[in-house]
Amino acid sequence: MTMTLFDVVSTFIGVLLIAIAFLALNSNKLIRAVLYLSALSMLTVVAFVLMKAPDVAVTEAVIGSGLVTALFVFTLLSVKRRETK
Amino acid sequence: MKNILGLFVALLLGVFIILALDTSASFPEFGDIDLTERVSDEYLDGNNIDDVGSANIVTAIVVGYRGFDTLGEVTVLFISALGVALVFGGVPNKQNRLDLKFKPNFMLKTGSKIIFGFILVTSLYIIFHGHLSPGGGFPGGAMIASAILLLYLSDDKFRSNVKGFKLLEGIAGSLFVIIGLLGLVFATYFLQNFLPAGTVGEILSAGIIPIIYVLIGLKVGSEISGIVDNFLTEGESV
Repeated sequence: MTMTLFDVVSTFIGVLLIAIAFLALNSNKLIRAVLYLSALSMLTVVAFVLMKAPDVAVTEAVIGSGLVTALFVFTLLSVKRRETK
Repeated sequence: MKNILGLFVALLLGVFIILALDTSASFPEFGDIDLTERVSDEYLDGNNIDDVGSANIVTAIVVGYRGFDTLGEVTVLFISALGVALVFGGVPNKQNRLDLKFKPNFMLKTGSKIIFGFILVTSLYIIFHGHLSPGGGFPGGAMIASAILLLYLSDDKFRSNVKGFKLLEGIAGSLFVIIGLLGLVFATYFLQNFLPAGTVGEILSAGIIPIIYVLIGLKVGSEISGIVDNFLTEGESV
């Protein structure tokens, strides 16, 4: 079985996606989780382009890593930490 | 311990999913799919592309063949914007603007004013070339909204012209329906492409498709900007 460049790149991106998803789930600070989620969206954009779906890629880039990240960051910046007993 | 268990469950599920899909007939290798089995021949036929006039086949389907569905999608977005406005915008002067835990400094203020123009130009490019290149009204409109969001982030006194956005949204939505009705008048069915298709690949081609995509872009952009405004200024009087 020969690996073409496409196979290598898509495998690399797939493994990276799983790793970043794990980091997003496992990070201690919420803001880090949001940033990892944004990075995940950005890598998904690359995956969509590789799979020849540029329309989906544009939408994912705008909604996934733009608006949703901004919404999460705004929310995190406006909530206040409450002391736990 | 929790992490190891999680990793184990994830790996197990992953192996199961891969094994299930690997042998499934409905999930062939990437690139081996016969498109004519899944998408109607009408959409992929080269002669029909000349009739619709849109170089981007996704746009040809979304706006050209399935314009009525797109009208429904825009309506769904409108209803969700309405719901957000109902929840957040109902009580005037009750609560002031969402106070963020930081004050925007000089770098952020100046930088976002510079970037704002670039984002706006890119979004207009994506909207106007919706029938030629990837993208179109929905991503372009969302991009306009993210530019507006940047302005809110950089200036804590900023208020966009919400009434203007609402007016723009109403006009764009009405024009969409009016163009559809014009199709009924000049041709036979709702949202029919009654303008000449022109040469495929030119900016002024594909009849009503670019007009409708510009209207969708304006409508989506003003709607999401309205949602952003409602989120950040709960109940502040306009």
